[in-house]
Amino acid sequence: MSAVFDSLSRFYHSSIGKKILVALTGAALLIFVLGHMIGNLLVFVGPEAINEYGHMLQTALHGGGVWIARLGLLAAVGIHVVATIQLTKQNRAARVDAYGKVASQVSSKSSRTMIWSGLTILAFIVYHLLHFTVRVGNEYGNKALYSYDLHGHTVHNVYKMVIDGFSWAPAAIFYVIAMLLLSSHLSHGFSSLFQTLGLSTHRTEPLFKKLGHAFALLILVGNCSIPIAILVFGYGR
Amino acid sequence: MSLDSKIPSGPMALRWSKHKQDSKLINPKNKRKYTVIVVGSGLAGSSAAATLSELGYKVKCFCFQDSPRRAHSIAAQGGINAAKNYQNDGDSVHRLFYDTVKGGDFRARESNVHRLAEESVNIIDQCAAQGVPFAREYGGGLANRSFGGAQVSRTFYARGQTGQQLLLGAYSALNKEVARGGVEMHTRSEMLEVVVVDGHAKGIITRNLMTGKIEAHAADTVLLCTGGYGNVFYLSTNAMGCNVTATWRAHRKGAYFANPCYTQIHPTCIPVSGDYQSKLTLMSESLRNDGRIWVPKNKADIGKPAAQIPESDRDYFLERKYPSFGNLAPRDISSRAAKDACDAGLGVGPGGRGVYLDFAEAIGQFGQKTIAERYGNLFDMYEKITGESGYKQPMRIYPAVHYTMGGLWVDYNLMSSLPGLHVLGEANFSDHGANRLGASALMQGLADGYFVIPTTIAPYLVTQTPGSVTTSHPEFTKALEDAQGRTNKFLNVKGKRSVDSFHRELGLLVWDKCGMARDKAGLTEALKRIPELREEFWSNVKIPGSGAAANPELEKAGRVADFMEFAELLCHDALDREESCGGHFRTEHQYDDGEAKRDDENYCYAAAWEHTGDLSKPKLNKEQLTFEEVHLSVRSYK
Amino acid sequence: MSLLNLQLKVWRQNQGQPGHFQDIQALEIPDHASFLEMMDIVNERLIQDGGDPVAFDHDCREGICGMCSMTINGIAHGPEKATTTCQLHMRKFRDGDTIWVEPFRAKAFPVVKDLMVNRSAFDRIQQAGGFVTVRTGAAPDANSILVGKEVADAAMDAAACIGCGACVASCKNASAMLFVSAKAGQLNSLPQGQPEKNRRTLGMVRQMDKEGFGNCTNQYECEAACPKEISVRWITKLNRDYALASAKEAFVGVKEHAEGGD
Repeated sequence: MSAVFDSLSRFYHSSIGKKILVALTGAALLIFVLGHMIGNLLVFVGPEAINEYGHMLQTALHGGGVWIARLGLLAAVGIHVVATIQLTKQNRAARVDAYGKVASQVSSKSSRTMIWSGLTILAFIVYHLLHFTVRVGNEYGNKALYSYDLHGHTVHNVYKMVIDGFSWAPAAIFYVIAMLLLSSHLSHGFSSLFQTLGLSTHRTEPLFKKLGHAFALLILVGNCSIPIAILVFGYGR
Repeated sequence: MSLDSKIPSGPMALRWSKHKQDSKLINPKNKRKYTVIVVGSGLAGSSAAATLSELGYKVKCFCFQDSPRRAHSIAAQGGINAAKNYQNDGDSVHRLFYDTVKGGDFRARESNVHRLAEESVNIIDQCAAQGVPFAREYGGGLANRSFGGAQVSRTFYARGQTGQQLLLGAYSALNKEVARGGVEMHTRSEMLEVVVVDGHAKGIITRNLMTGKIEAHAADTVLLCTGGYGNVFYLSTNAMGCNVTATWRAHRKGAYFANPCYTQIHPTCIPVSGDYQSKLTLMSESLRNDGRIWVPKNKADIGKPAAQIPESDRDYFLERKYPSFGNLAPRDISSRAAKDACDAGLGVGPGGRGVYLDFAEAIGQFGQKTIAERYGNLFDMYEKITGESGYKQPMRIYPAVHYTMGGLWVDYNLMSSLPGLHVLGEANFSDHGANRLGASALMQGLADGYFVIPTTIAPYLVTQTPGSVTTSHPEFTKALEDAQGRTNKFLNVKGKRSVDSFHRELGLLVWDKCGMARDKAGLTEALKRIPELREEFWSNVKIPGSGAAANPELEKAGRVADFMEFAELLCHDALDREESCGGHFRTEHQYDDGEAKRDDENYCYAAAWEHTGDLSKPKLNKEQLTFEEVHLSVRSYK
Repeated sequence: MSLLNLQLKVWRQNQGQPGHFQDIQALEIPDHASFLEMMDIVNERLIQDGGDPVAFDHDCREGICGMCSMTINGIAHGPEKATTTCQLHMRKFRDGDTIWVEPFRAKAFPVVKDLMVNRSAFDRIQQAGGFVTVRTGAAPDANSILVGKEVADAAMDAAACIGCGACVASCKNASAMLFVSAKAGQLNSLPQGQPEKNRRTLGMVRQMDKEGFGNCTNQYECEAACPKEISVRWITKLNRDYALASAKEAFVGVKEHAEGGD
């Protein structure tokens, strides 16, 4: 047993091993981001659709599903963040004297700012969880104000929470900024993970690149459409 | 001292087998007790170091580059010959042997050449097993091409980078042995001196080029695998660092220098464009398969764009002079023809030192795409250097010094006249005679390193008590002091001229008087000028910095100082050899049509020069060459 | 031929000491000269004026030995694609240009002097597995190992690496992945390299990590700077080979056999 763990530890502490973990957790988070967006877009279908969706998430596996998902995501984020911070520190240490003249030929700005977009997204996730999940500093947890009658069941009124949440300009603006950075992060991360997992080929690499940019744009448009619709166009208010 | 070449007796084809059979062996347990120093890490050095380590010897390998992989073997483009007869076109060991002896203009040692041809097949097997990515047929077998005018396709190649790939193969074998602990690798270490104890080479003195530290290393035998001396001409296709120091220092300690006048000129190099030029770049002569070489017929057309010179006013001089070989005439012949055209004032480009290599007809016939597929990398290289496109206008080419056939004299065991000092590859004189055929240099370097020295080192080593000499021996102390003294002497001149300016002046002089064509008057003048220049060097060279750190100017000074001495021997040899053969052309000795006139009656020998302490009076020792298998004949390519 | 007047900003450093930029005028440089010949001219004048010439690595000057190593205007080997410093010519610059000349910067490539760096880390990586274990004389006939043309050509693409270190120098993270992947990939893709494939992959990657190179973040600056245009697809392959080798090592391992087999 310990031989297996020794090898796994060695894998984690190697440059490529750690990157593979970043890629795998990145892939998981990428799928989550897509699902999360699709769910949220139900806000445009109407209160019933999104509230039913919210209720379904809360009650799946007798309420255990959401915790399994939360712990899984926490682990993915945790590994993704810790590993990338370690990798970045090693990368900084790998060049002692910086170049006097810095130039880039092909790397994208997104790829060069992954750590900063990533850390900002991390900060946003914390804010986002406090805002809509833990509901700190707001009344969204107040059952009297935020309940909804779903076919005779009283459930949490996700719809109203979202409309109210994004009616406050600073929250909506921060949200949009975070989505811009997430989109930047994804535009490099998407194709990058195929490379790290050893799955790119001469033929597929350009395709993965385009798909990555399309995916990043999709997430950006999809997620930003909600705060913009609410704040700017008064949707649901 | 008489020259005992230790050639085995018996039928030519059986000599090497017989010699191996008769050679003494060393018990594996005892091999570990012997230390072998290998200087140089090119094809010969890396392959020798790796193989000797596999056999169990303790090996210390030295190179001046920052990695053994950078030795100049890496620049060889064309390929490597081997008598595999994979093409079923009638090749054999005997045919390769025959072609090499004839190609060498009957100035090589037959027995060595036969051994080389025999081992050629093993080299290909060895390299393929190492993962050298040779060109392949679709079926997975090895591809061959015909090279340098050979009538069979026996050349194996890896794109245009065969030397690189073979060297990386040998380097990988070396790495395997470094990792195993069998080879101690010393990079950025330049050999300054051979240490001789009781008449035997027992070690070397080196300078660490990063720290400046001068160090002593003792061994039971020393192998020099340090390449050729082409940089005596300053401009050559050699790497900037290629030098004669290791072989010259050994010569001064008793190793005879053989046939220095055999210098090979490569016809298809990019011409000199200005006096800032630091080196010449060779383009594979495969270009001559499709390119046509010409100069304008009339001086009035010089300077005009090539396209404006009508067909009738062009002189395709190789096709005219050598109708059957045409543009594919051998290297020395093509080179001299180009020189003649330029001497007649018909050269093109800056300084009038260039001839056209024209692809217009080939492009018309096969299309630019096909030509690009065949030679794209060479056209790109040409454009990078000259800023001109070979597709749109003819390339300009001019011959340049490329390879040196001469080197330290060695016997059949590759041991020089200094006991314990073995010499491999281009650094020795043995296999190419007066002229080297294309794709044969790589073959010799690897044959010597992988297959010859591992057998022939034993007969010497068995006579030696392993580890009997250490660096605490007074000879080492003295050699260290000498090397340090020489370094200090360089730094203390504090003159006005840079090392490069001396090297350039020496090179121009030697190229002018002892280059593609030589004559008595020119050589005599060079022999007068070289000592004067040397004297000026020692009184007026300016070397900044100190000896106690990295100092490239100091490194160059050491090399140039040795070239200054070597150049004199080169001219002595060229003057002494009153004939024309291969890479040595004396204008006094030619047929009416300008062909080289060999004098087999008086000069069928290898000239092994002995250092007498007086550079102006080297002593000539002759090894008479006998030709039992390949009969002496006029080398005609008409 | 025209002459250029240039302003150089050259990195000067002695081993183990901090470095600095020095402004050097390079006047009347022929545009036909190569970049290194321009440096030769500059050095010749520095020597004449009693200055300290700039130390730089160079040898073959025909783009194959991999010794030259300058970062020019922030790009390893300068602005021209698929070109080593020695093959870069001054006609690519304009009169009056300011040119930054720096060493290949990486912690794993310590500066020896000025623009010379110590790249022996590359040798050590190769020693950790960049070979096929075959004794001299033990090889079968070359044509008994068939290698498809496509496979041989691909291996040659990787084998074209000259080990100059431009990939490391140009990488934002000073990663050596392109070099290591080309070297491992050449042998890992040939039949001759199969028996030691996992051992080689693990050995070379571990040595690479030990040398203090950074990590690849898939930005492909290495490929853009590589004078031999080595493809980053070799990195893809190394990632894959490493994952498989690690999995095999972790879950299958190597059973130690007594001498003589079982």
